[in-house]
This record gives sequence, structure tokens and C-alpha cells, in this order.
Amino acid sequence: MMKNENIIQYIYGIADNALILGQRLSELCGHGPILEVDIAMTNMALDLLGQTRSYYQYAAQLSGEEKTEDDVAFLRLEKQYRNVLLVEQPNKHFGYIITRQFFYDVFHLLLLEELQNSKDETLSAIAKKGIKEVSYHQRFSSDWIKRLGDGTAESHNKIQEAVDDLWQYTDELFHMTEDDAIALENGVGVDTATLKEKYNNRIKEVLEEASLVVPETKWFQKGGKQGIHSEHMGYLLADLQYMQRTYPNMKW
Amino acid sequence: MSEKEIKNLEEIFEQRIARDEKIEPKDWMPEKYRKTHIRQISQHAHSEIIGMLPEGNWITRAPSLRRKVALLAKVQDEAGHGLYLYSACETLGISREELYEQLHTGKAKYSSIFNYPTLTWADMGAIGWLVDGAAIINQVPLCSTSYGPYARAMIRVCKEESFHQRQGYEIMISLANGTPEQKEMAQDALNRWWWPSLMMLGPTDAESVHTAQSMKWKLKRKTNDELRQQFIDQTVPQADLIGLTIPDPDLKWNEETKRYDFGEIDWDEFWQVVKGHGPCNKQRLSARVDAWEEGEWVRDAAMAYAKKQEDKKLKKAI
Repeated sequence: MMKNENIIQYIYGIADNALILGQRLSELCGHGPILEVDIAMTNMALDLLGQTRSYYQYAAQLSGEEKTEDDVAFLRLEKQYRNVLLVEQPNKHFGYIITRQFFYDVFHLLLLEELQNSKDETLSAIAKKGIKEVSYHQRFSSDWIKRLGDGTAESHNKIQEAVDDLWQYTDELFHMTEDDAIALENGVGVDTATLKEKYNNRIKEVLEEASLVVPETKWFQKGGKQGIHSEHMGYLLADLQYMQRTYPNMKW
Repeated sequence: MSEKEIKNLEEIFEQRIARDEKIEPKDWMPEKYRKTHIRQISQHAHSEIIGMLPEGNWITRAPSLRRKVALLAKVQDEAGHGLYLYSACETLGISREELYEQLHTGKAKYSSIFNYPTLTWADMGAIGWLVDGAAIINQVPLCSTSYGPYARAMIRVCKEESFHQRQGYEIMISLANGTPEQKEMAQDALNRWWWPSLMMLGPTDAESVHTAQSMKWKLKRKTNDELRQQFIDQTVPQADLIGLTIPDPDLKWNEETKRYDFGEIDWDEFWQVVKGHGPCNKQRLSARVDAWEEGEWVRDAAMAYAKKQEDKKLKKAI
């Protein structure tokens, strides 16, 4: 039997990505380049935050303490968040927003497609529901990669710049932590290492169609899964946790 | 067309409105009717879009996941309202780009209430409760206005607005029933939003320049002062119910009129904000202009890409 603490950590490894990416997307609400895109990006934020709530409610329940989804979301220390570095990267410009989304969506869909076979019924149910949402996210971000890559010279340069800058954060998606390994052994978790080839193929396919170049770097960043984040993370959490930290133990 | 013919058309037109018939985009309409509707519908659309900003200010800091998701969905609804109002406006022969241009250059107005800052979480409650509450009072009559596309858009808008209003009041209830700090936060928000919400219903009847014509075209069914009184009479008991105090020492129930008497509105403040000198006018407008300008390369790329795809299709067809 897998200990609850391991399942909880495994859940954080997935759910924290949804929370942090959802938070990044919510910063954009009201500031999109086109009204329709504004609405679509908010939809994705809503999907991700909805998924986050399902995962955290489950984690809170597994903790056996009197915890809520909000304790999990708002009251951990930075090093206790298990999200990858990719999702915490800032909204530098629309090219970065779309590339970050695309790099995450492709992984996210592959992950959920496997997670739906989890022995853990709750995780399997969350994954099944998420697949529909994330397939849409992937379509949205892939379409925009193509538009920007094959649009104007300016958009091509901008999206290539974002691809080049963000590619270094993709390898971390496939790293297995100790908790991931335990979850895998127990039939609860996904072997993310095996998703890498499919991932690279899908990314390559879309980037090539968009006349973009897949970066050849062999240097990748890591650390988020171990709680060692980028400098951006502290500011993101300062926003996210502001109310709960300033007014502790209150109901809203 | 001769003057006589136009006069004839105008008469038929006014009769149709008097019979409560809807005017549709392809119908003949007087130029003034078209212009007035462009002005009002676009002003309304702009208010939705600018209105996203003060609430958007608290999405990343919402105190719980449930509140965050609800606020995000609410602000998204406002974007949706903007979208169908711009579409309704476009049926009158003006493009969305032109409408944006009017907003960005300050030619078009939007609701002044959004030029006030959102300083605490309780402002999310106060805006839903008061600002959306006042908006509904303004907007419900528009569901039966004479211009078809506008009336139909408003039916949808009003349904969602009344949900938002309840959601805002529910935030206020939670705060009013919370800790002393939360209750103080709620009272402070009410203090700041009360008077601007009353101003939202427009200048007094004596000062309102468009009322007579708008009444005739069913763009308005009640005067500003009537609407304001309705808003006050409806809202005061709601404040009482949750133990908050309306910040007006002159407010009292009038047994004779069966309405609330209320204090003097600071119309100097109203005109100051309308004329562009409120606390956040510059900030709100520049947020929209920045989003538009920074998005230009994205829109250009989308257009260029669409054209390339179209050309490819044509080539294949040949």
C-alpha cells in the first residue's frame, strides 16, 4: 500500500502546475490582444483552476487533518510547491504566453491520457474530465503557434524567441521524483519518462508546420519539482497568498 | 429622396416604435436614431470592457480558490457582454476597430464608476452588490427597447448581471458575518462605493440632455431620478439586513411618500470624474490602449496567416 503522504506529494506534482499556470493566465484577464482571445485564455485559466480544486480537495481529504483546498493552495512555503519551472515563467509577451501554454499543454494531455488508467479512482476521474479540457487547450495553443510562426516576419521572430527561451524548461517535465516513482510502482502514477518521445514528436510536428526551429540546446533547467524555483515564484506567491497571509484563519 | 418622402418614412418609423415593433438592422431608420444607438450601445460595450479592469485587479489575490474562480468567471462574462454589445453595434454600420478608436482617443465615454480604485477584497462584494445592482436597474428596461439586436443582447446581459449582483451581495454577507476586520472591510467598501453608485444612474433629470428623445425610442423608460430612487429603496434594506450602514446621515424613511429621503449628491465630483479627472481615468484608459497596441503584432499575424491559408486553398482549387 502506498502511504497517503506519497500520494499527496504525487498530487502536488501535478496539481501545482495547474494552479501556477492558472494563476499566470488569470493575470491576463482584461488585457488580451483580442477580446475573443482574452475570453479563451480566461477559459483555460478556469479549467486549470477547476482541476486544481479537484486535486487539492482530494489531497486535503487524504491528509487526515482538518485541511481544506485553500490551506493547500495558499498556505504552503515556496519550497513546498512542486510545479515545474516552465509554468511559473512570466507573461513577457503573447509569444511567451502561447509557447509556455503549448509546451505545457502537449505534456499535460499526454499525462492525463495515462493518468486516466490510474488505480486510484479519484485521480482517474479527474484525469478523464481534464482530457476534454486540455485537448482544447492544446488545439488553441497549437493553432496560435502556427499563426504566429507563419504570420508576419515580426510574429515569426517573436515566437521563435519565446520557443528558444522556454525550451530549456521542457526537460524537467519528464523528471521522476521519488514520489513519482512510488506512485508508479503502486499503479497510481504515470511513467513520465516514457512520454518524452511522443512529446518531442508532437512539438516538432507543430513547430515545423509553423516554420519554426526546434532548439538544439542540450542544456536544461530543473529544480521546480524539488521546490527550488525561479526568482519569479516568490512574487507570484506574494500575490496568490496575500489575503490568506494577511488575514489568517478567516472564512471568505 | 425628397424631404417629403423622408418625412413620410420617419412617420411610419415612429409609428412602428409606438406599436412596440422591433427595428432590425436592414430596416430604414433616421440617421439620428442610428447615431444615438451607436453612441449608447458602444458606451455600454466600452463600460463592460473597462469594467473588467477594477475587478481584474483582484483575481490574482482572491482569498480562496472558490472566490478566485467565481471572480474570474464574472470578469469573463463582462468580456462576453462587451462582445455581444460590440456585435449589436456593428449591425448599425460601424466596425469594432472604429469603436475601439473612439474609446482610445477619449471620444467615446464609458461608465464613470470604473474610474474608482478597488482597494480591498470587499470592493469585489460592493461592486457586485451596488454597481451591478445599479446597472440592472438601468438595463432591465432595455430588454424591451426598440432596436432588436440591442434588446436581444440585453436579455442575456441582464440574466448574467443579476447572478453577479447576488454573488456580490453574498461576498458582503460573508464579510459582514466574519471577524471585526472583515466587517470593517465591508463597511469601508460600502462607504467608498455608495455615492459613486448613486451617480451611476446619471445626472439629475434637470441636467440630463438625452432623456426626452431616449424615452421616445424606448432607450429609456424611467428618468434618472426615478431609477436612482428605485435603487436606493431596494438597496437600503439589504444593507440593514447584514448590519452595514449606508454612509448618508440624511437618509431616512419617509412615511408619507413610502420612499427613502436621501442626502445631497456631490455633483462636482461626478462631473470631475466624467470629464476625465477621476482617481483612475488615465490608468484605465491606458491599460486598454496598452493591451491594444501590444496586441497589434498578434492581430497582424493572425490576419497574415489567414490570408496565406486562403491563398493556399485557392491555389489548390485552381
